[in-house]
Amino acid sequence: MSITIELPHVGESVVEGTIGKWLKKPGETIKRYEPLVEIITDKVTMEVPSPVEGTVVHLLAEEGETLPMGAPIAEVATADSPEGAEPETASIELETGELETAPAPAETPTAAVPPASPGTTGYLLRDVTPVGPTGGAAVEISEPTGEAPAPAPRLVAASPAPVATTQVAPAPSAPSGQARLSPAVRRLAQEHSIDVTQIPGTGLGGRITRDDVLKFIASGPTQTATASPAPRLQGETSADGQETYITITPVRRMIAEAMVKSVTEIPSAWTMVEVDVSGLVALRASIRGEFEPKLGASLTYLPFVIKSVVEALKQFPTMNATWGGDKIVLKNSVNLGLAVAAPDGLIVPVLHNADQLSIAGLAIAAKDLADRARTKKLTLTDVRGGTFTLNNTGALGSASSGPIINYPQAGILTTETIQKKAVVIDDAIAIRSMMNICLSFDHRINDGAEASGFLSAVKTRLQGMAPGSSIY
Amino acid sequence: MTVKSVIEAVREAIAEEMERDAKVFVIGEDVGIRGGVFLATQGLAERFGSDRIIDAPLAEASIMGIALGAAFRGMRPIPEVQFSDFVWPSINQLIGEAARTCYGTNGAVQVPMVIRMPYGGGIRGGLFHSQNVETHFFHTPGLKVVAPSTPYDAKGLLKSAIRDNNPVVFLEHKKTYRLVRGEVPDEEYTLPIGKADVKRIGSNITLVSYGLTLHYCLEAAEVMAAEGVDIEVVDLRTLTPLDTETILDSVKKTGKLAIVHEDNITGGVGAEIAALVAERAFEYLDGPIARICGPDVPTMPFAQTLEDAYMPTGDKIADGLRKLAAY
Repeated sequence: MSITIELPHVGESVVEGTIGKWLKKPGETIKRYEPLVEIITDKVTMEVPSPVEGTVVHLLAEEGETLPMGAPIAEVATADSPEGAEPETASIELETGELETAPAPAETPTAAVPPASPGTTGYLLRDVTPVGPTGGAAVEISEPTGEAPAPAPRLVAASPAPVATTQVAPAPSAPSGQARLSPAVRRLAQEHSIDVTQIPGTGLGGRITRDDVLKFIASGPTQTATASPAPRLQGETSADGQETYITITPVRRMIAEAMVKSVTEIPSAWTMVEVDVSGLVALRASIRGEFEPKLGASLTYLPFVIKSVVEALKQFPTMNATWGGDKIVLKNSVNLGLAVAAPDGLIVPVLHNADQLSIAGLAIAAKDLADRARTKKLTLTDVRGGTFTLNNTGALGSASSGPIINYPQAGILTTETIQKKAVVIDDAIAIRSMMNICLSFDHRINDGAEASGFLSAVKTRLQGMAPGSSIY
Repeated sequence: MTVKSVIEAVREAIAEEMERDAKVFVIGEDVGIRGGVFLATQGLAERFGSDRIIDAPLAEASIMGIALGAAFRGMRPIPEVQFSDFVWPSINQLIGEAARTCYGTNGAVQVPMVIRMPYGGGIRGGLFHSQNVETHFFHTPGLKVVAPSTPYDAKGLLKSAIRDNNPVVFLEHKKTYRLVRGEVPDEEYTLPIGKADVKRIGSNITLVSYGLTLHYCLEAAEVMAAEGVDIEVVDLRTLTPLDTETILDSVKKTGKLAIVHEDNITGGVGAEIAALVAERAFEYLDGPIARICGPDVPTMPFAQTLEDAYMPTGDKIADGLRKLAAY
């Protein structure tokens, strides 16, 4: 018998979804709960599992097609008939087409140092009478002439040599799963987005060596979640060869629509202030060593900025609001959206109740959201309910930017790149770490006075951070 | 190219520079009539006269002080410390004065002198003829410190040192004098101070050394090659200024570093290189930095067995490399 599978209802107020990618083709068998299709809603991509075991008969919708919730999308023949497909045991490989990318090339070795000039190294003579301190030295040693000097005898196999001080640190002892990674291994794994647990270690005690990582990289495409974004530039060339048409992805279309809606409906204004973050830079540097092992990642400036923004939003509630036509709607929760560059486009996961977390807690929560955004593991809840948005455009090297408000919020704030600058303090020139912060705001809700007050509040908080400030 | 010993290369460099520049002169114990205890200046007194190859009394402070004063007045003296062990009475002239003069006078007074010092052990020289003194000068800004390992490097670097307007401590390992032979160009050449030389290209471990032990490193590298480990051997040639670029480039390539010197391990050149790499190539390290160096005993012992035990030899270096390769 055959069962029709419908586009499931995935969340409140979500009325339609787009077929992102079919994970099964007609004729393929599928187990219960096995992913059948990727559905894109809002900005979340989710895998919809099959509610039944059986064989896929028809796919009723095409990739890229947008359908209302409840629309039939596929037919699956259940396995209760004797002719049903044999139980399939092979596990399904989840294809992540957009993530596929050529294997990153193994690190090119540093340019080889030119060889030593031939013949300039010299060689050791053996059995030459040692030169005595005073007397013996004046005696020239007679040497065989006219013949090539005998090559120095090779050293014999490792004889345990005594005394001369050799300091080689002991190797890690137990071959435990959590073996320590050398700095080189960590760096390579990070650069190539490799999960080191997949690499067999050949070093002492099972340690993963740098060569193990290089071999792993060279061995081909790695099934990693966070490969670098694939170029989205494949497209059709126009008849005259002058243009190339790229079919937009559903995510791209949603971004486009949201941007148009924002600039069409919201009369926005823009302002910027310059912040002296020297204290923050020092604070971060002072706690990285202690905190980063706990975080398991590099401690960025983001959690400090979030903390400052969230506190300022509490102080200026009309920045944490929406325009309601005949009223201003203040949001009682502070849910901060964080713009993240994901492999196939911008995504803005939301840090819910960000005002209830410490800086340390924000660091962990923000890292979790960003990781899941990049690996497409966000849930619908993660991208909904934002009340204000923060975008770290400085990470891209920007010194100033005019962001478009994330509709229907009251504002969006960007943090720009931190640069050392000569600034005048008390008529003296000082070198300080300076950062611009920019704000686009809905001028229907707030005027320049509130916007400036809000930016000043953020600035004051950032400038107040210094070594010794607690992050807990 | 002619095959020469280190001592011949040194002698030629001195003679050529004396020929080229009348301001160059040599002062030291037994350098004149005897031609130096290692014969570094053999025949030069006859050739250049006893006012340019000056026999000095056994008074290192005077030798260094006279050379320093002459350098102040524009001469280019080459004081010889007969054995580096004897340098201590002249430390005030060398570290207290020569190293600081250019800096202290804001460049108005330069000290173009080369302090030649036979140094190092393994020659049954005992407590007072075997010392490694390089760390003291390596630690002192204002001095250049050169420590070649081959005849080619010794000649090219000594000529550059003589032409340099700064005080250069030129360290000649006395065991290399006749033990190490190699090709030296017949034509005029100099080598830049401050440039290391990769004596053997490899990919698995960077092995850094200078002077005599550089040759033991090359031996150990061959042993390791037979065992399938590819060692890159970097000859520092100059300790100050240190060629950090060559060291860092090599470590970034290989991911592992071992440093070999005969001088005591603690606070030595190896310690500084280890710190440099930890600071500037940390993320490239795939193993602990190893040092295979002389032990912390006051000076080279005399008994053959003890001297053998002190010296970092090819066997000991290979042993350290084996551990590092297995890591």
